[in-house]
Amino acid sequence: MARYDAEHVGSAPWLLSAPALLVFVALLLVPLLLTAVLSLNLFSDTDGVLPSYSLGNYLEVFKDDYFHEIFLRTGGMALAVTVLCVLLGVPETIIIARMAPRWRSLFLLVVLGPLLISVVVRTLGWAILLGNNGLINDALQALGITDQPVKMLFTQFGVIIALTHVLVPFMVIAVWATLQRLDLQVEWAGLSLGASRLTVFRRIILPQIMPGVLSGSIIVFALAASAFATPAIIGGRRLKVVATAAYDEFLGTLNWPLGAAIAMLLLVANLIIIVGCSKLAERRFKQVFE
Amino acid sequence: MAFLTLEGIVKTYGSIRVIDGLNLEVRHGEFLALLGPSGCGKTTTLQSIAGFVQPTEGRIVLDGRDITHVRPEQRGLGIVFQSYALFPHMSVAQNISFGLEMRGVPKAERARRITEALDLVRLGGLGERYPKALSGGQRQRVAIARALAIRPNLLLLDEPMSNLDAKLREEMHIELRAIQRDLGITTILVTHDQVEAMTMSDRIAVMQKGRIVQIDTPYEAYERPHSPFASAFLGKTNAFAGAVQTRNDRCCHVQVKDTMLHVPHEDRSLGNDVNVYIRPEKIRLKAAGEGRLNGRVRLRVFLGNLWLVAVETNFGVVHMTQPNLGVPPPAEDSDVGLDWSDDDLRLLDREVAHGQV
Amino acid sequence: MHKNGYFSLLFHWLFILFIVAPLVVVMAMAFTDKGYLSLPTDGLSLRWFRALLENQEMLDAFVLSLKLGLVSATVATLLAVPAALAISRYEFPGRGALTGFLLSPLMIPSVVLGIAFLRFFSMAQIGGSFWALSITHVIVVLPYALRLTLASTIGLERDIEQAALSLGARRWTAFYRVVLPRIRTGVIGGWMLAFIQSFDELTMTVFVATPGTTTLPVAMYNQISQTIDPLITAVSTVLIVGTLLLMLVLDRMVGLDRVLIGEGK
Repeated sequence: MARYDAEHVGSAPWLLSAPALLVFVALLLVPLLLTAVLSLNLFSDTDGVLPSYSLGNYLEVFKDDYFHEIFLRTGGMALAVTVLCVLLGVPETIIIARMAPRWRSLFLLVVLGPLLISVVVRTLGWAILLGNNGLINDALQALGITDQPVKMLFTQFGVIIALTHVLVPFMVIAVWATLQRLDLQVEWAGLSLGASRLTVFRRIILPQIMPGVLSGSIIVFALAASAFATPAIIGGRRLKVVATAAYDEFLGTLNWPLGAAIAMLLLVANLIIIVGCSKLAERRFKQVFE
Repeated sequence: MAFLTLEGIVKTYGSIRVIDGLNLEVRHGEFLALLGPSGCGKTTTLQSIAGFVQPTEGRIVLDGRDITHVRPEQRGLGIVFQSYALFPHMSVAQNISFGLEMRGVPKAERARRITEALDLVRLGGLGERYPKALSGGQRQRVAIARALAIRPNLLLLDEPMSNLDAKLREEMHIELRAIQRDLGITTILVTHDQVEAMTMSDRIAVMQKGRIVQIDTPYEAYERPHSPFASAFLGKTNAFAGAVQTRNDRCCHVQVKDTMLHVPHEDRSLGNDVNVYIRPEKIRLKAAGEGRLNGRVRLRVFLGNLWLVAVETNFGVVHMTQPNLGVPPPAEDSDVGLDWSDDDLRLLDREVAHGQV
Repeated sequence: MHKNGYFSLLFHWLFILFIVAPLVVVMAMAFTDKGYLSLPTDGLSLRWFRALLENQEMLDAFVLSLKLGLVSATVATLLAVPAALAISRYEFPGRGALTGFLLSPLMIPSVVLGIAFLRFFSMAQIGGSFWALSITHVIVVLPYALRLTLASTIGLERDIEQAALSLGARRWTAFYRVVLPRIRTGVIGGWMLAFIQSFDELTMTVFVATPGTTTLPVAMYNQISQTIDPLITAVSTVLIVGTLLLMLVLDRMVGLDRVLIGEGK
């Protein structure tokens, strides 16, 4: 694509992006910095936010068992969701890729469409399905598999199921993008050299879609770890994750500094996961892919 | 005794007959080119031999074995794909090793054969590189090495040179032909490039609309095309419409415009409406009045090793070429005479219905 | 490519069931004639949709979300288009950083954004206004508008614009008559996606919404946290159907896979 020479560029690009840039600096960067500063303040029940600076909040988070449990639970849950998304999402994407074009477009729409529906609606559906009087329990009892309702709502299990539902489209997107770039003739080459269909899949297709699976896993993990609405609704008050804990401190206890500290930790963790893993993956696959 | 036989191959997609009754016999050790324009069915034919496409009708027999319904992974053919289809996530050595692994070749032997294959295509030492780091020409060699490492009894080449630049292509023509001769491996090349077909093959099968219209050595196919299509597809030619006036066992007299041409010809089935063909390199320039036909130079082009001259005559525009031997042909607007030998004239029925020529 | 075997298709249909079940259940329960959460086993009824039309709180929230969506999508698009043009047409130092910065909200957890905005508004004493809320939405949806617009500006050939200039058109005319029509679908697609994302936004909005500025998702969330009744399923059904229609329009205009995956069909 033709571009202007760098020397003649002048200020045009900066003028064009100035409005967006200004809005972002003033209303995104500044609030984030303010929050970082806030996390360094201290809080007292009686006097509110104290104007002194220390790392007390962070120390509290790292030392308190309560927070340990929350971070571990969140991490474990995110891991479980990621694994489920891989096990469900990757085969499905391959299956859809093998359909005739008409069906392919239809099912892509069906699988990816829910991304455009608010997470409240999707989680509501699971709240209804997972309840003790919910449809799944009704079906299980009708089929005679259990006598008592199985508790799924307000359990970690339920949150994992619902989060998988919400996030699996992201895995599909990541794998689909990689699948599109596969050359059909490479599969044929494998066959012509004597490999069975299974071997072609295992040694030729799977390694090539690994980068997609990895980038999808990173996205799913990051989103699962910072999820709010689904754990709040399905998990209930007693099953805290990092996001709901931050909410509690901020809008419950009104301990803004502590809430800010949790938020900062979540942000940093997110960035490390996304950027760090992406760089690792890039280095691993650099020699192989364009 | 043919090594590979295709009998009555038909392939339809819906109502389209991509291959329309194709018969072919390939001899052992032969290099055969399937030559034709895009859409003529040559690639589909190759894919049928490979097993990626199932013919709607017909049989394919390889070395006495009917492989029509055998799965591609069990045919044991060596295939070089148009896009080379190297495994991007494997090194060059691993690519070549793959076919050997599928055949259960033990590790030490594999290493030996990989080195052997790389030396064959002159890529020794590049085993650890990945396809991404190779040039187009190198990737092609890897594809060839990979196909030959498994010592197939048939090698299929699907327009393998179309992505190379001209100079590299010329070099590869000669190199690939040399490798094929050394190994004695039966090879089928699919191409739309007639120079490529003529350079490399023992025989050329010219395809049009799903059928083979002529199969001959390059020399015969070029000098004696059986149809206007073959005539125009292989090299350039001049064509003039004419009417047969008299004929006997050995020749015809054909009237073209106000000139009577004497054409040695033996085909009794020829009709009266014909085209007369003569190749540009068979025409010589003389001074005006001294040739069989007079004309005026319209355009003169220097191509390095030869001159191309377009001469306006009452037959129409005639193209001739002369080798660059130092003396250039007369300049534009000069009057010239054209001469040729009767033996170089060809006759074919005029295919009026197809609007040919 | 290989066709799918029976096992694959079974897996596929189970997967589709998994994806579709919650949505179908919600929609089914919206048509119940009973006063509590149940399937319409005794017949379909529209009573809950009628109840919806009389529920002032939900209606207000719906209208607010609409206005909010329209405003934030429009502002975000107006900011994103020039930025997209700058990024795709010029090589300048900092181009990568600028692009990353404008796309960064995608990488920041919504909770963190919510807390940051809340903190900022309380310090600036502007919490509780519609405009404060819309600014937060603008920032959250701008990356979506930018990505789609970038997709269409990056592929743009400069020579047609240069041809227009050489034929005597002035810069603005060349932009208006040659460039704009070519990026129009990307821009409109970006606008629509931004609108949808604004309308659906929950987590960040939970922090900055106030009783006077409650969006529909927040109202639904508050309601669900207390008790789930058929009214909320009726609201959800309206949302699902509306989104489906918008999806079809988006697919027709830009191609849904371009929107969601970033690559054409």
